[in-house]
Amino acid sequence: MSGKENGTVLRVERLSKMFGGVVALNDVTFEIKKGDILGVIGPNGSGKTTLINCITGFVKPTHGGVYFNGTDISGFTPHKIANMGIGRTFQVVRPYHTLPAYKNLIAPLFSARARHFPGSGGLGNRGGIAIDILEDVGFERDARVPYKPAGDLPLGYLKRLELARCIALRSDVMILDEVFSGLSAAEIASLVPLLERLNMDGVTLIMVEHRLKELFTLASKVVVLSFGVKLFEGNSDDALKDEKVKEAYFGKGKEGMI
Amino acid sequence: MAISENKSERRLERIDRGIKARTDGIYALLSWREISYLMAPRTFLLMGLLVLPVFLPEVWQRVFCLAGIYSLLAIAFDFLFSYAGMVSLGGALWMGVGGYTVGILGSEFGLPPVFSLPIGTFLGGGICTVLLLPTLRLKGIYFAIATFIYPFIISHIIEALQIAGGTFGLADLPVIENGWVVLYVMAVLLTGIFFGIRRLVIEDVGMVFRSMMENDQAVSASGISITVLRTIAVYIASCIGCLAGGYLSVLYGWVGMSFFALDFSILPIAASVIGGPGTFAGSLLGAFILVPLTEFLRPFGPMRMVGYSVILALFVVLKPEGIFPYLTRKYNQFQRWVEV
Ligand SMILES: Nc1ncnc2c1ncn2[C@@H]1O[C@H](COP(=O)(O)OP(=O)(O)OP(=O)(O)O)[C@@H](O)[C@H]1O
Ligand SMILES: [Mg+2]
Repeated sequence: MSGKENGTVLRVERLSKMFGGVVALNDVTFEIKKGDILGVIGPNGSGKTTLINCITGFVKPTHGGVYFNGTDISGFTPHKIANMGIGRTFQVVRPYHTLPAYKNLIAPLFSARARHFPGSGGLGNRGGIAIDILEDVGFERDARVPYKPAGDLPLGYLKRLELARCIALRSDVMILDEVFSGLSAAEIASLVPLLERLNMDGVTLIMVEHRLKELFTLASKVVVLSFGVKLFEGNSDDALKDEKVKEAYFGKGKEGMI
Repeated sequence: MAISENKSERRLERIDRGIKARTDGIYALLSWREISYLMAPRTFLLMGLLVLPVFLPEVWQRVFCLAGIYSLLAIAFDFLFSYAGMVSLGGALWMGVGGYTVGILGSEFGLPPVFSLPIGTFLGGGICTVLLLPTLRLKGIYFAIATFIYPFIISHIIEALQIAGGTFGLADLPVIENGWVVLYVMAVLLTGIFFGIRRLVIEDVGMVFRSMMENDQAVSASGISITVLRTIAVYIASCIGCLAGGYLSVLYGWVGMSFFALDFSILPIAASVIGGPGTFAGSLLGAFILVPLTEFLRPFGPMRMVGYSVILALFVVLKPEGIFPYLTRKYNQFQRWVEV
């Protein structure tokens, strides 16, 4: 199934994933156009991370397909998918603790995809490019933060480091698993412009989030999951008015806080 | 950087020596004293490897070559263990495959060592890598088990089928006639490989290996195949290991069953562990302590294993960090007690 003509960059079709008896994803279908920002929301355990893992090849879907620029990539290895242009961050950050922050970017800069781009650095100058990228995502060069071991950095920096990895990889689509969680309002506010800038540069963003208020300032469209089922797909403004979504989030007839 | 250890009321404080701090930057080049501080350890090592052999009596020259062989195995082990996160018990596999490959190149094809050694090194490395390939995509203990089992399987096959010399091995292989050349081939190769691998692990490739060790999924997500990385690491280590095996067959002019002996798997690991894993210098130091020690204890017959084990145990208990990191610390820092 190709969607290239109408600008669809990624299409998830009738995706299901079972873990033993647990249905983590149940017949989920949606698509995202090039340059869009899509929010994916849903209560804890609703299958958001599993969805990301299926798209990026870390988990093999039980049924269904994932089409990237028209190619079915379900069943491809994670590194192959990354090289095709889909980058991801991890919900629990995964820095290389003992390496200096900037050395954390050597791996993505070393990938076949990054090497294909001019200006990704060859032998000897990847370090410099890594530091430029880190400065871009908000590491203060003067304070020598890029040289500190990643394990010593606070969470705010580590979230940025996850983003930097996707940038170093030159991903066309970046799938962000809860980049805002665990950050203060001020930290989130400083991340938003960065994401906006990435998007302006043509990067398609899929953002899994629990922080709806901040998410809605960025994402124009959302997909809502609950128990692995897609409850809603459409404008973010309408999502919270939807009865089924309200029920999934707040329980029947109850009002609550997000 | 000061590291401190808590000890009841007193605290042991470790502080960088002034000269260590001064020589961290480019300013080290301003004084001879500081340049020598930086150069001393390397000079010491180079002298030990390249000059010392001249003054050794002939028996000990052979011990030097043996220690070199074990050093190569220890370096190969350490590279996989500390930079790719793989535990290899494959010293005997490398020795056997390297030894037999060089041996067959010599006996069947009549190649002199100048050709059989390099060809055997890279070919043997390839053979080991192919043998281990099925385990490289698996996580866990499979790789370690395979490296451990293969020497038994291969030696049994050779005995059962009576191929490659069968039980008696391949004798009268082409050797290097000149004893000094034999000695210096090892000295130069060992020096080159030691500095080469230390360089490799701080290059970009080395960083990718270390990234894989810390989090392989993040490396996959960065567009790099873990299987390919592990294959490369295993090939590099196997080549170093097979060089050791090939060299021994050239040294003896013979290759046989004993190349698959368990000693070759165990002693290099012990050397690396007591020397300090991750440093390579530790592997070298460990091998150059353990191998002469083994020779020294030889007259004691079976009792030598006891002495050997006691010394090993003492090292592990008293200096668990490894000898080399301990020496580095002493060289760079001083310590004092402070009241708290
Ligand atoms: N590897 C796995 N093995 C077994 N069950 C799993 C596995 N991964 C996820 N699950 C189950 O699948 C369901 C969906 O989990 P998932 O992590 O995708 O939810 P999520 O929406 O990301 O939740 P959260 O908001 O807490 O991150 C859960 O019930 C979880 O227990
Ligand atoms: Mg999740």
